[in-house]
Amino acid sequence: MPFATNRPLARAEARVMARADLTRRLVAQLKHEEAVIGGIGFANFELWGAGHRPQNFYMLGSMGLAIPIALGVALAQPQRRVVALEGDGSLLMELGTLATVAGLRTPNLVMVIQDNGTYQITGGQKAASETADLIGIARESGLTQAAWAADEADFDAMVAQALSAPGPWVIGVRIGTDRPEATTERDPTRIRDRFMRGIGTIR
Amino acid sequence: MPDPKPWYETTVAVFKRHEIRLIPFVPDNVLRPLIGAIQADPFFTSFSCTREEEAMGVSAGGWMGGMRSIVLMQTSGFATLPNVIASLSVPFQIPTLMMVSERGTLGEFNLGQALVAKTMRPVLDALALEHHTIARDDELEFILDRSIRQAIATRMPACLILSPLLTGGKVFAA
Ligand SMILES: Cc1ncc(C[n+]2csc(CCOP(=O)(O)OP(=O)(O)O)c2C)c(N)n1
Repeated sequence: MPFATNRPLARAEARVMARADLTRRLVAQLKHEEAVIGGIGFANFELWGAGHRPQNFYMLGSMGLAIPIALGVALAQPQRRVVALEGDGSLLMELGTLATVAGLRTPNLVMVIQDNGTYQITGGQKAASETADLIGIARESGLTQAAWAADEADFDAMVAQALSAPGPWVIGVRIGTDRPEATTERDPTRIRDRFMRGIGTIR
Repeated sequence: MPDPKPWYETTVAVFKRHEIRLIPFVPDNVLRPLIGAIQADPFFTSFSCTREEEAMGVSAGGWMGGMRSIVLMQTSGFATLPNVIASLSVPFQIPTLMMVSERGTLGEFNLGQALVAKTMRPVLDALALEHHTIARDDELEFILDRSIRQAIATRMPACLILSPLLTGGKVFAA
């Protein structure tokens, strides 16, 4: 059954959920040392807040590169699932990466797009994602397994499928604008070193 | 004396020696034979990206995952990279290697290319990055080999600039 069947056809039909709750739900399903790349917005704050794991990489800059970084990890380690958590504003800056991933069809890559319709971390300015449907853009870029999550239970089911069946997967979630529950510890060399040990590149 | 290997064959051989397998790029006409040789060889995972910073992200992820990488681009592509170098490669100590085909000099016909090219070395110097301009066949292997070793050992990015003196560049057909 196509991934989008019985799911919201457009952003406007998707339920608005809480980023912190969704991040905890995602992390709760990670049982095989999956790598997670947290994007430059509040995505990485909430990933940190869901409980640090050595397989987490928290971005401190380079807006829009959560998916490209995750793609690189996924290509280097085809046996490992790699999840990119990216904000809508960040993805709008690097839309071309959806086309790149679609062309490569990287099976172990999962992209979670957190859409609050704003650039929240810089003051909540309105983003074009309110009118441009990012999941529609992903699908038309060639990522056929792209869909909006209807609600929390649906998100859990989508994550379970994306962590077990061949991707690439794009899971769109509409989120509200609650402040994140935690602030990521900002020590880039430590983040990188722990991540590389967490995914077994160095010992 | 036998003809030396063309520059792109020497380059491929050095990449292989150092297990550099992941080669994202944004196309450039001068790099065409190098990209062609890499894409014809199953040793490499190589594909075009939509932006050079995207390729830098892929390269950084690949390196953290244990797959060595170099990004291929032309000078105009490099001009889009100060943000990613200064916010990803350098602070996280990820040795993203860059190979840049030097446009905008020695017979360039496009003023835009020529001006953009002038920004490249000042940016590299401002970031205190190792960079070398390769102009001669007989220095190519040494510079590539040593720069790759140093980048990996010091976990710092490095930029290898291929001069038209090496590649022949591109000239205005007039
Ligand atoms: C190239 C670049 N431009 C602008 C910024 C400033 N900036 C940092 S985060 C951000 C917004 C991110 O928005 P989004 O990805 O939607 O995440 P949210 O803040 O909503 O969590 C902006 C504009 C930046 N860091 N880099």
